Amino acid sequence: MGLQPLVIRADADNRIRRHGQEAYPHECCGALIGRDRVVTEALALPNSTDEGPRRRFLVRPVDYLAAERRATALDAELLGFYHSHPDSPARPSRYDLDHAWPAFAYVIVAVEQATPRALTSWRLREDRSAFDEETVAVEPD
Amino acid sequence: MATKILIPTPLRGYTDKLDVVEVEGSTVGELLANLTTRYTDLRKHLYTEEGTRRSFVNIYLNDDDIRYLDKDQTPVTADDTVSIIPSVAGGGWS
Repeated sequence: MGLQPLVIRADADNRIRRHGQEAYPHECCGALIGRDRVVTEALALPNSTDEGPRRRFLVRPVDYLAAERRATALDAELLGFYHSHPDSPARPSRYDLDHAWPAFAYVIVAVEQATPRALTSWRLREDRSAFDEETVAVEPD
Repeated sequence: MATKILIPTPLRGYTDKLDVVEVEGSTVGELLANLTTRYTDLRKHLYTEEGTRRSFVNIYLNDDDIRYLDKDQTPVTADDTVSIIPSVAGGGWS
């Protein structure tokens, strides 16, 4: 059975792309908040990695909890996370796979020379062996 | 003696959708062992195939990361709350 499309409202889509552009050449990251596979808010979070932000991102526990609280405050759900791949394809890396959580949507935006390009979404397989790509539909707010 | 464990969003699919589970145990390690015995599919998301806890899985006792306490040997009481808190990490192709 195929995955249902992930719907991203236009404002959230714009915020993800703009965040990727502003953070370039570093990776940006943030949380996807909404309901029933519809992302209504992209919440920018700090990239706290100490492994080099051009190729890594890290959302610390304190920021993860802030995202959960924001979802609760909106009477919504934490649907996943987004991050950018500066000058790198919008496909999950081995590092992404090794660090993935189940059930979450992982949205990746490729940023090429500071210009946002492809935006994709991925979901971890139950056996953690790979990601499956899911269709993204951007819809008006 | 049962202690509350808070389950984060991505793992609730393995705990009958519960965000809080009460588990018996006198240390954090015992609680987690009993939790993953009750909900066996949780195990692969918390531990590697070698049995070590994944680096992006953080366990807090109340407000403190157990890495800075006595790790899995940290004692717990019924008044404590243990939280499983994700770090979310990844990155591009290098």
